[in-house]
Amino acid sequence: MIRRFLEPLAWAGVAVAVFWGLPDRLALVTHLTTLALFALSLHVVVGLGGILSLGHAAFFGLGAYTVGLLALQGWTEPLTALLAAGIIGAVAGLAAGSVLARLRGLPALMVTLGLGLLLHEAALRLPGLTGGEDGLSGLETAPIFGSFAFDLWGKTAYWYALSVLAAAFWCVSRLEVAPFGVSLRALHDNPTRLHALGIGQTARVQTAYGISGALAGLAGGLLTQTTQFVSVEVFSFHRSADVLVMLILGGVGRRYGALLGPVLYGVLRDVLADWHPAYWGAGLGLALMAVVLLAPQGLLGLRWPWARANPERVELPATTHLHK
Amino acid sequence: MPILLSRRALVITSALVGFSATVGAADPLKIGVIASYSGAYADYGKQMDGGMAVYLAETGGTLAGRPVTFIRKDTAGPAPDLANRFAKELIIRDKVDLIVGLDFSPNAIAIAPVLTEAKVVAVVMNAASAVIPSRSPYIVRTSFSVSQVSAPMAQWALTQGIKQVSTIVSDYGPGQDAEKAFHAAFKAGGGTITNAMRVPLSNPDFSAYVQRLKDEKPDAAFIFFPSGDQPTAFMRNFRERGLEATGVKLLATGEATDDAFLANQGEDPAGLITSHHYSFAHPSPRNVAYTAAFRKIVGEMRPSYMSVAAYDGLALIDAALKKTGGKTDAPTLIEAMKGQTLDSPRGPITIDSVTRDIVQTVYIRKAQRVNGQMVNVEFDAIQAVQSPGVTP
Repeated sequence: MIRRFLEPLAWAGVAVAVFWGLPDRLALVTHLTTLALFALSLHVVVGLGGILSLGHAAFFGLGAYTVGLLALQGWTEPLTALLAAGIIGAVAGLAAGSVLARLRGLPALMVTLGLGLLLHEAALRLPGLTGGEDGLSGLETAPIFGSFAFDLWGKTAYWYALSVLAAAFWCVSRLEVAPFGVSLRALHDNPTRLHALGIGQTARVQTAYGISGALAGLAGGLLTQTTQFVSVEVFSFHRSADVLVMLILGGVGRRYGALLGPVLYGVLRDVLADWHPAYWGAGLGLALMAVVLLAPQGLLGLRWPWARANPERVELPATTHLHK
Repeated sequence: MPILLSRRALVITSALVGFSATVGAADPLKIGVIASYSGAYADYGKQMDGGMAVYLAETGGTLAGRPVTFIRKDTAGPAPDLANRFAKELIIRDKVDLIVGLDFSPNAIAIAPVLTEAKVVAVVMNAASAVIPSRSPYIVRTSFSVSQVSAPMAQWALTQGIKQVSTIVSDYGPGQDAEKAFHAAFKAGGGTITNAMRVPLSNPDFSAYVQRLKDEKPDAAFIFFPSGDQPTAFMRNFRERGLEATGVKLLATGEATDDAFLANQGEDPAGLITSHHYSFAHPSPRNVAYTAAFRKIVGEMRPSYMSVAAYDGLALIDAALKKTGGKTDAPTLIEAMKGQTLDSPRGPITIDSVTRDIVQTVYIRKAQRVNGQMVNVEFDAIQAVQSPGVTP
């Protein structure tokens, strides 16, 4: 019970410490926050549902372009624009989920891959709408609540992005312990058993995709708002692949892994790239291999001395009754 | 969890400390370089660094009397969100005086709002999309635009009695720019476009397109593909289907015979007529000295148009700083850059005082072997070509 209040306070303390301690690194932290939100969206399907996805950039890109196109039309109010990005992401997630929910394993993976490539190609073919490789630039974002303008130092963007991530993280935490989240987890662990219990899978997976799509859309929208730019690169395959790598690095199946992975990946990349602009990739590759070899469950999968065994993991008691 | 977090803070802090250690010496000019140093496009960064190194070797390592510190940021190809963040960090954290490099158009466009807000000048050393300089009042370009080198090819074709042309371009920004500029110039001179074909950017199979050319038999075909394997693949297909014998001439922009790849393309490019602003074999004492210096500093690699744009970028900064008396604030510096004329290894270049884009000679060249090396031999030139880009 105490943990419930202590944890948000601790995080808020960290946020303030970063804000005062690293005022010239806020752009990096904001960027990592966006990636963490994206990783969190992937966590909902991969971590909870156990459904791999290689096309998550599709939802991210749709969100990014929703904000971009709205800004071009003069709709620059950030909160409603971001909400629109989330809604578009959710709708796309539900639509994709209607197909993906009927598939498992490799076929599902192939469909997500195809979806990502399809949207990337479509965006390239519609330069009038998307701006093609050149993208849409000069996108205005109005001050938040009419008073906090986005500044070059990224102070507003920092608090804004962190708030969105915090809200999303809280929602995912609640989701994990809700019957819906628990049943998703059960689907991951033993779909046959779930089926035998008479719990439908299709609607659950579809809803998971809807939630995941909404979060990815929010992340995309955040990226557009904090960089004032969007191009078809948001749909690219490497974005889908990178986010999966980040999630694996942090630890699949753990929502804190979705935070740790992007932060670690991003900070490592930045430090190594500052060390050497050409050979940082080698350092990053070695670090990733080391993590996968030494901690196959991701960094949070390690048995840290100060951690209880799998503290975030909700184990299903054998007697849990699942309600449809 | 807080323990992990403080570790993260530690990592960031140590990076910060490591960075501030690079600052030193008496008031050096700080230049941020945003380019590709790793991955498939690592040569781009190498070419730019080489060109800049040659210029600094000439001036004894200074620009307008000030020593220069470079802070390099790697985007590893087109990565607009990274470029945007790098620009912010270079300005806020590293407090650079200028930003240079910018090999990919999306990267250059993505940093434009940052430049405008922070009032920092950027010198674009490659990105070739027409619109770039119009996106911020503090962007200046020393490279070229695809439109700028495509239109002269149309004008030259008209002087050769070519009346009908089919165009085949890669379906992406620069390809569309090339198509648009060629069509406009060719139609304005009374020519007819028989067919405008666009091929996918990745893994295209050219046989169907070449077959259509064979059926239509235009006077010539104009192609634009990104430099690398694709132009060679097209030319091989063009030969194999015997289109040369039917009298269809093949025209292209310099991307098809990029000096960086030409040495490894075998006999396929032989005879190809291209339009571009720089050839490694440009016959001037200035260029001979440049290529010799480049090879002495960088190695056996051929200096490409990218290296020359980087060389000229530093020359432009040098000249502008001398004019402003060392002032680097963006409005003053950009004003001093406007209208500058420089003696580049490629010939005379001028920065247009309205568009801040480059005005230069575009050469018509033919790929052939000279002393056993495949090079682009310039045989005709169109002087003072404007970039038909967007006026701000």
